[in-house]
Amino acid sequence: MLAAMLSRLARMVVVMLGISILTFLIFFATPGADPAARIAGRNAAPETVAAVRHDFGLDQPIWVQYGAMMRKMFITGDLTSFVNRGEKIVPTLRAAAPVTLSLVAGAAVLWMALGALTGILAAATRGRWPDKMLMGLSMMAVAMPVFWVGEMVNLITQSRLHNTWAFSWVPPLGYVPFTESPLRWALALVFPWLTLAFLYIGLYGRMLRTGIIETYQEDYIRTARAKGLTARRVLLKHATRSAIIPVVIMFGMDFGVLVGGAAVLTEVVFGLNGVGRLTYQALKVLDLPMIMASVLYASFFVVLANAIVDLLCILIDPRMRRK
Amino acid sequence: MTDPTPAAPILTVRDLRVSFAGARKSWNRVVHGLSLDVAAGETVALVGESGSGKSVTSLAMMRLLDPATSRIEGSITLDGHELLALSEADMVAKIRGQRATMIFQEPMTSLHPIYTVGDQLIEALTCHRPMAASAARKAAVALMERVRIPDAARRLDDYPHAFSGGMRQRVMIAMALASRPKLLIADEPTTALDVTVQGEILSLLKELQAEYGMAMLFVTHDMGVVAEMADRTVVMLRGDVVEEGTTEQVFRAPRQPYTRALLASVPALGSMAGEPVPLRFPVIDIATGAATPGTPLARQPDFSAPLLEVRDLVTRFDVRGGLLRRKVARVHAVENLSFAIHPAETLALVGESGCGKSTTGRAIIRLAGGQSSGSVRLGATELFGLDAARLRRQRREIQMIPQDPLASLNPRMTIGEALVEPFLEHRMGPFAAARAKAARLMDQVGLAPQMLERFPHEFSGGQRQRLCIARALMLDPKVIIADESVSALDVSVKAQVVNLLLDIQERTGIAFLFISHDIAVVERISHRIAVMYQGEIVEIGPRAAVMETPLHPYTRRLIDAVAIPDPARRHLRRSQPPSDLMNPIRDLSFVPPSRRYREATPGHFVRED
Repeated sequence: MLAAMLSRLARMVVVMLGISILTFLIFFATPGADPAARIAGRNAAPETVAAVRHDFGLDQPIWVQYGAMMRKMFITGDLTSFVNRGEKIVPTLRAAAPVTLSLVAGAAVLWMALGALTGILAAATRGRWPDKMLMGLSMMAVAMPVFWVGEMVNLITQSRLHNTWAFSWVPPLGYVPFTESPLRWALALVFPWLTLAFLYIGLYGRMLRTGIIETYQEDYIRTARAKGLTARRVLLKHATRSAIIPVVIMFGMDFGVLVGGAAVLTEVVFGLNGVGRLTYQALKVLDLPMIMASVLYASFFVVLANAIVDLLCILIDPRMRRK
Repeated sequence: MTDPTPAAPILTVRDLRVSFAGARKSWNRVVHGLSLDVAAGETVALVGESGSGKSVTSLAMMRLLDPATSRIEGSITLDGHELLALSEADMVAKIRGQRATMIFQEPMTSLHPIYTVGDQLIEALTCHRPMAASAARKAAVALMERVRIPDAARRLDDYPHAFSGGMRQRVMIAMALASRPKLLIADEPTTALDVTVQGEILSLLKELQAEYGMAMLFVTHDMGVVAEMADRTVVMLRGDVVEEGTTEQVFRAPRQPYTRALLASVPALGSMAGEPVPLRFPVIDIATGAATPGTPLARQPDFSAPLLEVRDLVTRFDVRGGLLRRKVARVHAVENLSFAIHPAETLALVGESGCGKSTTGRAIIRLAGGQSSGSVRLGATELFGLDAARLRRQRREIQMIPQDPLASLNPRMTIGEALVEPFLEHRMGPFAAARAKAARLMDQVGLAPQMLERFPHEFSGGQRQRLCIARALMLDPKVIIADESVSALDVSVKAQVVNLLLDIQERTGIAFLFISHDIAVVERISHRIAVMYQGEIVEIGPRAAVMETPLHPYTRRLIDAVAIPDPARRHLRRSQPPSDLMNPIRDLSFVPPSRRYREATPGHFVRED
């Protein structure tokens, strides 16, 4: 167990190192994307560009720059933006992370619970109307783009019906830190959570339903039924536990990617200054330190979420323990 | 109700009809009016080949078929309950796992892989009768001891993957006994098991039946198992009962041609005593019942010079593990194997699963992977040490017939394409010649040349195996390695394919390495037999010598374990302890002991232990 966790950790470091080098190289190897010219602005005089290049250390060999950047990011923590020189990267990222984490974690709880419910209900009533209805709904959920759903939600809750009894409690767009007021934190996030979770409820529900139905073909389900277990017990104890493993693995991927910034559309629609939005803005102006930091942050969460999911799978399925 | 059995039946089935939903709301009937009775303490066997409806019948009795796609009509009365009139809730509360329990064919997949054996046993105990956790645990240990699982208390917390197939089937039996059922339905319970394990499980079932006095419905295709287990036998063919009677009657004086054909195709161990050469199975016309006795093989092997000579063949696989995936152990799959095959000779390699017989077959054509060493000579060519291109050319001379013909035929290629491909690949001639040869071979294996345009799924299992034989013959090989090639086939089909192999040998003088666990078939087809145990040959010699005077204890045990289709031997009990695990995984430091062989009679060698 310890060996497995250590090798997991080692792999995480290797993955992050690889990603950082790749990001760095893409930034410099992309033709026509001279970072100095970018920073100096349009129509800058060659002398200005040269000055900027020297100023930012861009005239040094690439590996020196890479080393300096890594040192500033992880050791001294005083990495500053190329574009907005006063801006310290690490604190900015640290301020954005809780927003994204709050958004994704809350949505994840929702989509896992509702997705599992959808899948189990649909599988239990396979071919009958609850199944057909749930599958129709989840198809819609998967088909509707998140930014459109978000805008519609805003239209209703913030504008059209905001002054009715139903939505008057909805706070204005934006994020309230949990430490400031847990209640207002939750209220502000209710609709972002629902909007983000919507798609995944549909996706996970369909996936779990298929998994459970496939599991019903297994010999051990026949054994369980021949034992005289009730239909409910066969469904919940014997079929669902096997079928949930691929869903959990999928969850690890999705959760990591979303925390890493893929929730950007939801963040933008609901005015949340999260990591996704930060990354998007840094990309627009090719702000290398910011891109670097947020990409590394994202890869950290993807790898971490996967490691956690691996451990979870080992808990669910003992066969994965012997390796 | 008139009742043919002396004791009042526990289970009475009358006019049972089972249909499955077909295309466009039609119903296809697969069981047409089956009636049978099973009394307490009695065993009734339901015998038939695949597609006879025997398994469907057993599932119908537990009402385990999906009600949305199946229809069960008629009457099934178990212990006073009319099962077809009960609600699903009543089936759960009163019948399944209570009055009737079931064990299945595949012990490897019939237990839930992610719960411990104890969990699953305790669940079977408590789902009908609530009891305290400690009491349930005690009862589970008692059940495991009753089915003779060694070290039961400790093994209760193990997961199914830590058990061998035989031990898992014991767990299944323990689970089925949990509620002291009135009826135990056993659906091919030993088909997936090795012979020695099969013998153990059958003995166990007999003992437990006597102890519990339960009725047993035994579904099987294996006439040997029927003869050993059943008081009465019901023979099914395509959903109909064709013959019914006491097992004695059915075996001694079968009335129906189909039963006669079925019994004639069953290889009976010992039936070859006194026969000098391999003998074809008798052929019985199912329509008329006319019998043609099997003819012996006319062509004799040429023992002047070996065709394929294997010397000191060793195949090992590394087991890796730990943080840096270092070698932690080694599987000694094949250890110091030596044998020779002569032209027109069949050498059989017999042994139980995991003994290395299949690995040997693959190592000879260097497809085994792992590390192999030793020497394999085909005529004058040494196969080990050939470069890839020359090895490829040599593979033409040695062809394989696989165990699973469907899996080894590409579903997207017509049979014609599949047959022509190796011929063209080895540049043996133009396309027209290849087609002509394919058509001729189809004829030889008993299929119409017009079928070359069909796809594999359009053939039956036996036909597919004929196709694989035809494909192997396309390259005019000198040796064919037949790896469990007839094991998955129905008995009557198996007999036909064995006859076909003998025909081919007679005509072409091909040599076979016949790898099989089925000793009764091996006895019929082979000239010489090699018995493998844990990667080594323990005994090798002429067929008659090995079968009639087995010298090594393992050979004796293997022969003793085979179920003989002779009801007179029914009451013999085997007195063998459960076999030890066959595990060829060794430490890295393991040095295989050097072996010596004693020549008992000319050509009959036995390992000295």
